[in-house]
Amino acid sequence: MSASAIEISELTKDYRLGFWHNRVRRSLDHLTLKIEDGEIFGFLGPNGAGKTTTLKLLMGLIFPTSGTARICGRPIDDVKVHAEIGYLPEQPYFYDYLTARELLDYYARFANYNSAERRERVNRFLELVGLASAANVQLRKFSKGMLQRVGIAQAILHDPKVVFLDEPMSGLDPIGRREVRDIIHNLKIQGRTVFFSTHILSDAEMLCDRVGVLVEGKLQGVGAPSEMVSMQVNAMEILFELREGLALPATLAAAKSIGGRNHVEVPEEKLYATLDELRKCGARILSVSPVRPTLEDYFLKLAGKKPSAPVPMEAVSR
Amino acid sequence: MSATTGPVAINTFREAVRDRVLYNLIFFALLMMGAAILVGEISIGIERLVIIDLGLTAISIFGLVMSVFLGVGLVSKEIEKRTLYTLLAKPIERWQFLLGKYAGLLITLAVNTAAMTLGLAAALFYVGRPFVRSDASILIAIYFILLEFALITALALFFSCFTSPMLSTLFTIGVFVAGVFAADIRNFGALAKNPALKGIATLVYYLVPNFQNFNAIAAAGHGDHIPASLVGQNTMYAVLYVAVLVLASSAIFSRRNLK
Amino acid sequence: MTSVSAKRISWVAAAGIPLLFAAIAMLQGRIDARIPTPAAGQENLILSSAALIKKFSLGYEPLLADIYWTRSVQYYGDRVGVRGSKFDSLWPLLDITTELDPKMIVAYRFGAIFLAEPGLGGADRPDLAIVLVKRGIAQNPDNWELNADLGFLYYWWMRDYPASSQAYLVGSRNPKAPPWLGMMAARIAQKGGSIQTSRMIWSQIYDTTRDPTVRKRALEMLKGLKAQQDEEQLNQLAETYRQRMGRNPASTEELRSAGLIGGTPVDPDGFPYVFNANGESKLNPKSTVSIPREPKTPPQPFK
Ligand SMILES: Nc1ncnc2c1ncn2[C@@H]1O[C@H](COP(=O)(O)OP(=O)(O)OP(=O)(O)O)[C@@H](O)[C@H]1O
Ligand SMILES: [Mg+2]
Repeated sequence: MSASAIEISELTKDYRLGFWHNRVRRSLDHLTLKIEDGEIFGFLGPNGAGKTTTLKLLMGLIFPTSGTARICGRPIDDVKVHAEIGYLPEQPYFYDYLTARELLDYYARFANYNSAERRERVNRFLELVGLASAANVQLRKFSKGMLQRVGIAQAILHDPKVVFLDEPMSGLDPIGRREVRDIIHNLKIQGRTVFFSTHILSDAEMLCDRVGVLVEGKLQGVGAPSEMVSMQVNAMEILFELREGLALPATLAAAKSIGGRNHVEVPEEKLYATLDELRKCGARILSVSPVRPTLEDYFLKLAGKKPSAPVPMEAVSR
Repeated sequence: MSATTGPVAINTFREAVRDRVLYNLIFFALLMMGAAILVGEISIGIERLVIIDLGLTAISIFGLVMSVFLGVGLVSKEIEKRTLYTLLAKPIERWQFLLGKYAGLLITLAVNTAAMTLGLAAALFYVGRPFVRSDASILIAIYFILLEFALITALALFFSCFTSPMLSTLFTIGVFVAGVFAADIRNFGALAKNPALKGIATLVYYLVPNFQNFNAIAAAGHGDHIPASLVGQNTMYAVLYVAVLVLASSAIFSRRNLK
Repeated sequence: MTSVSAKRISWVAAAGIPLLFAAIAMLQGRIDARIPTPAAGQENLILSSAALIKKFSLGYEPLLADIYWTRSVQYYGDRVGVRGSKFDSLWPLLDITTELDPKMIVAYRFGAIFLAEPGLGGADRPDLAIVLVKRGIAQNPDNWELNADLGFLYYWWMRDYPASSQAYLVGSRNPKAPPWLGMMAARIAQKGGSIQTSRMIWSQIYDTTRDPTVRKRALEMLKGLKAQQDEEQLNQLAETYRQRMGRNPASTEELRSAGLIGGTPVDPDGFPYVFNANGESKLNPKSTVSIPREPKTPPQPFK
């Protein structure tokens, strides 16, 4: 039986705080997770959830309080696994006295390529992340997004089997985001495993085979994006205009009027009935769209908090 | 040097060069030029001695300052700037990283010192008298100074593996001063009546690196012969001490959580 | 929980470091065996200012020594021949210089001359000059020049001829020493002081020093001694003249007319000698040569 790409078992990390290191904060709480070969896994969670902590534990940058993990069947404290993996840290920073080309060449040296292979590879990956024209610029002159691109290049330069990306889209412009999505997609086509963290649900939806949601160090659930909240449509929003002088039917009293346009949210099963009614009163339909819960709604729900929806004044005053 | 340590060492050297560390050579060159011109005016009968003393002292002080300040930054800067994260995700052990950084700074110091040695030779040539056989002791004195740098750098590396750069600097300088006074610590112990104090003084004497061993500036100035056996013993001493420090650094750093 | 390699390294460190320290201690023992351990304590507890400076120079004594040496020379140069000068700091300066660099021969030799000189020429402390030179000999046993300087100090300032002869004798045992040291030892032992011997001593100082100030002083002394010797000779001739003519000679010209000398004797500066009313030969008033004033009684040793 072949090992899973990533096997995390009861992984826990406590940070010690305070001058005497006597206060303890649990940043990761018995995380157990298995990711199969060739999977793209999205690791979701609000700020401070423990995503970066998990990745740093897997990279051996910090050591777990308890629990174990294996990558490609090897325990993570075996430095040999690092030959099989690539890692993009959060807000990556590199030797700023090097140029992009020198930096990639430096990292490529740890992968036993000869100098011709290195040169070819470095050029190819600079091209891939769109930095060919800035290849000989010192990294201290790079923008945040350009550094992010260098970071992605160094993470995949050596054709790793498993790629760990901590918020790969952060700091990128819309074109950059699409390019990174394409890169991740291509990694999947090449049969590689990708484990990436993000706050942004749509990125995860578009790319992932499965996602896991982490809140306050605890894994809340794992599944295909379609199984997750995002695909459950809980309402339809209708946007319409009324002819001059016409009144709304009583059934649509909940509709709100903004800038001469009206919109109303109805449960999915009542959609057609509502549309019929609007037709009867001669309304012009501008759009009909499903209302999905945002990731924030989901996080807040998991964290047991209520979304701070606007509340009428009477409700708060005493 | 292993396949992983080498690139780290070379990159460390490259960093020093790009960060204009070697610019200190300009100051050294100016110093030697000034000294060579002035020495005939102010020092009677000892022009050569002054050039040698001044040159070796400057080589030593410039290098010590570099050893301490670059030494404490070797690891802490990489942690501070988080450049270490991507590097340690490559197949490299932490001790290999440490060794590479250490070797890189030694290469930097050696290149710097070699350039200064040329400057000293030029100044000596200027104040007259072609080189003689006893000038070999100048080269040995410089070699001892390099051994001293190796020790100081290892100390700085060691402290920076578990404290802040500020404290590491203080500790390194502290141990250096203690090492210069090692003999006094021992003599103090020899005088003490209390056997416990005696024991502690002796222990401290053998524990702190004895920097007096490496002081051959005076011998070089007077062209004294430095026996080959002392060269061997000093080399061995530095190698053993550096081994202790690098080993301890590795043990500590391998357990360290990176922020 | 730490990684496997961290554990492995820790084990190697725990086992290796004590072993390495044992080796280091053994090695240090070997290195220490090269230098004789300082005679227990005493010296290390009472720190003179010189010894203190040495301690806190962090291994950079040689350069500091050069600086102190330069200061010593400047200090002396600023004061020599200036009316009302005192040389109180010359001893501390030379003391610190030689403490910092015990091998700086020039400094001992400078002190041998100028610590001892009286008046406007030096500190008038031959006793300290002897202390300094003796220390120099102890630190540099293979240097015969310092033995010669010690011999000079005993001979010239202390009038202690046995001690002087002994100093030259010790110096002459050095295989590198030239033969005249042995000759001086024998000569002083036999005859004690004489102008001839004094001239030999000063001319050796003149020949062996590399210090221009010392050399200048030696030259002055040699000129003075030559003049002193000339005067003694002229006084003898004047006595002959007196016996022959029944009066004092008024000039060297009269000695020549009497056939006692074959020309006009001149001092080392080229000025003819003159006679005073008592018929004593004197230097020409225009001459810059000065006859060395030797101490009438040996100075009392310090402390
Ligand atoms: N070095 C540290 N010392 C103490 N606490 C830490 C440390 N690093 C992280 N933490 C804490 O651990 C928790 C998880 O942090 P982590 O960086 O893993 O979150 P994250 O999910 O990556 O958040 P984000 O989305 O903001 O990047 C946080 O509460 C944080 O305060
Ligand atoms: Mg994070």
